[in-house]
Amino acid sequence: MPVSLTSSKAVFDALKKCDVRLLSALPETWLVHLIRMADDDPETVLVRLAKEEEGVGISAGAHFAGVKSAMLMQNHGFLASINGIVSFAHLYKIPLLMLISYRGTFGERDPWQTQGGNITEALLRAMGIPYSFLDSIETVDKRIQQAQTLAESSLQPVALLLTRDLMWEE
Amino acid sequence: MQRLECLRAVYPDLEKRLVVTIMGATAAELHSLGHRANFFYLQHAMGLASSTGLGLALCLPDQKIVVFDGDGSLLMNLGSLSTMARYQPKNLVHVVFDNESLLSVGGFPTATSTGTDLDGIARAAGIPTVLTVREVEDFKVAMKNAFDQTQLTTIIAKVEPTGPAGYVTDLSLLENRFQFRRYIQSTSRH
Repeated sequence: MPVSLTSSKAVFDALKKCDVRLLSALPETWLVHLIRMADDDPETVLVRLAKEEEGVGISAGAHFAGVKSAMLMQNHGFLASINGIVSFAHLYKIPLLMLISYRGTFGERDPWQTQGGNITEALLRAMGIPYSFLDSIETVDKRIQQAQTLAESSLQPVALLLTRDLMWEE
Repeated sequence: MQRLECLRAVYPDLEKRLVVTIMGATAAELHSLGHRANFFYLQHAMGLASSTGLGLALCLPDQKIVVFDGDGSLLMNLGSLSTMARYQPKNLVHVVFDNESLLSVGGFPTATSTGTDLDGIARAAGIPTVLTVREVEDFKVAMKNAFDQTQLTTIIAKVEPTGPAGYVTDLSLLENRFQFRRYIQSTSRH
């Protein structure tokens, strides 16, 4: 599977460096290594979800408990979480660090991913969610740290889009 | 059985627990008994009260967490039962007030009114202890047992579809949220 192990490791290490201790996740191809790394790490609590929106509640609970968390999901999982983001994270000013695999953009071969790719950024902008890209291994560490810092200081959801350039090797 | 009677019966036992409620009548009724800094009322985001309780329970293993859920809210997030069952936090008590109704929007019947069995669903999802109660005294005993027990418990409390006249309290959402977090920070060790 050409999902980049090196990039996945860089993302996971950066999250650990930010003291992220809980990760909620719903599997998708680009996230397989990241989820396995979280599962193998005794210091990280991995919560495997049935649907991504649950992760908003779990991250809110973690925030109340004083534990830093992050959500790992596909952009379609972000779409499935929107009410939770608006009606919980925005309404109650909950910091959310969302790592979203950005499927359905240039280079996408799976027809079923393509509609979600068209609207992901437009929705993030419409929702007023600050976002940036994880598109090269050199900037992963800094950008995750910056996103985490902004989420905590602004008490709001912040998104990082994991791109094909970072996550896929072929 | 009235939900308010149930809440009143266990109110003294909630003093040192972290409590998360759903929106509407449940929040307003618990608040009417006397707000405490350890109560968080999730006034929207239906379905996510149980997920919030799960997040708290996983992060604070030494604290007892109580979620006051409802049939309408749980039906919106049935997957939460499978996620709770997967991790089985021993310190989580999940109460579902089942009035077979979406009361706060005008009393429309939910699927539990036509036979959907939340007790059976919770069991089949893998929640280790599940029970249904119909009397206040039984509810009180069930809660006491759940607090004493070291197993994830879901209590289905069958209640009448009645509630207070209004749902808005004088506690702002953000004030509640910051107070709740501050309470936890002041009482837990990390």
